Amino acid sequence: MSRAYQLAGQVVDPELRVVTIAELGILREVEVDGDRAVATITPTYSGCPAMDVIRTDVAAALRAAGWSDVEVVTRLHPAWTTDWIDSSGRAKLAAAGIAPPGPAGPVPLGLPGRRPSAPACPRCGAAGTEELSRFGSTACKSLWRCPACAEPFEHVKAF
Amino acid sequence: MTGFEEVLALGDDALIAAQRLAQWSARAHEMEEDVALSNIALDQLGAARLLLTYAGELEGAGRDEDALAYLREDREFRNLLLAELPNGDFAVTIAKLLFLSAYQRDRYRQLAGGSDEQLAGIGGKAVKESTYHLEHAALWTLRLGDGTDESHARMQSAVDEIWPYTYEPFEDNDLRPGWLATVEPVLAEATLTRPADGGWAPGGGRAGRHTEHLSYLLAELQVLHRAHAGASW
Repeated sequence: MSRAYQLAGQVVDPELRVVTIAELGILREVEVDGDRAVATITPTYSGCPAMDVIRTDVAAALRAAGWSDVEVVTRLHPAWTTDWIDSSGRAKLAAAGIAPPGPAGPVPLGLPGRRPSAPACPRCGAAGTEELSRFGSTACKSLWRCPACAEPFEHVKAF
Repeated sequence: MTGFEEVLALGDDALIAAQRLAQWSARAHEMEEDVALSNIALDQLGAARLLLTYAGELEGAGRDEDALAYLREDREFRNLLLAELPNGDFAVTIAKLLFLSAYQRDRYRQLAGGSDEQLAGIGGKAVKESTYHLEHAALWTLRLGDGTDESHARMQSAVDEIWPYTYEPFEDNDLRPGWLATVEPVLAEATLTRPADGGWAPGGGRAGRHTEHLSYLLAELQVLHRAHAGASW
C-alpha cells in the first residue's frame, strides 16, 4: 500500500467520524507520478452530502504531504456497497453504538421483501431489536431500538 | 436506447420528484417521517445530478447539470406527469412514491445491466436506493390501507386519483407487467382496490406537455439561479 494511499485513506467520513474512507471502501486507489497524485473515490449514496467534504479533505491531505498537483476522480462503476466496509470499520462502528450492516445481497425483484434481519444491539448485544424507521439521521442509516436495554441506536443499512 | 433524450428523461423524473418531496421537509406528521422523506428527496437529487451531468455530456453542447436543471423552460422538461403532481395529503404522496419508485427501480435495474458503463454505475447505485424508497412507500400503503376507516378511505382515494398517471411511464417500454407484479400485491395486502384499466390515461410529459403544476414548481426551483446568474458560494 502506497504512502499516498495511506495518507488519503486516513480521511474520516464527516458524518461517521469514527471510520476512515479506507475502512469504508470509498477510497479506491491513489496513483502518484512525481508531483501529481490522483485519488479515485466511489460515492456511497448518490446524494450523500459528505462526498463533497471527502473530496476536499482528500485533496487537502495529499497537498499537505507535498503533492502539488492533486486531483480527486469519482468512479461510479462498480457501485459502492456496504460489503466493502472492512472488519476494522465494522468494529469501530459497533464501538460507537452504530450497528454495522449485514451482507448486502442482490436487489430483490418484484414485491419488496420484509427486510431487514434485525441487527444485534450494539450496546448490550441483545437480539430481537425493533426497527423504528428505515431512514435515520443520514440516508445510509436506519433507526432502531433495543427492548432489552431500552436504548435507541442507529444501524448502517445493508446496501 | 441510451441517448441524450432517454437519460434526460430519467434525470428530470428524479429532479422533479426531489423538489416535490423536499416540500415535505419540516412538514411531515412525525420526526422520523420528515427525515425519511427528506432522505428520499436527497437520493432523488443525487441521481438527478449524475443523470443530468451525463445527459449534458451525451448532448455535447456544453450544458452541465446546472444549465439543464435551471435554464430550461417548462416545455423543455421531459419528466413524467406522475413526478410533478402536487403532494396532496400524505396518502397521495405515498401513492405517488409507491408508483414512481417501483418504475424507477426497474428502469435503473435495466441501466445497471446495460453496456454503457457510466449508466451502469449510476443505475447500479440508484436501483438500491429506489428499492428502499419502494419499501418505505409499501409499508405506509399497508399501514394506511389496512388501518382505520379514515386512513383506508384516504389511501383508496389517493390510489384512484394517481392511477391514471401510471400508464405514461410505460408508453415507450414493456415494463408494465413487471411493475404491476410489484404494485398489485401491495394494494391487495393493504385491502385496497386496484383501479380498472381502460379509463383516463393522461400523458405528454416525455414530449414536454405538462400540467400547470410543473411551471410553479420550476419557478421555485429556478428563481435563485436565474436572479443571480453565474453566482457561486
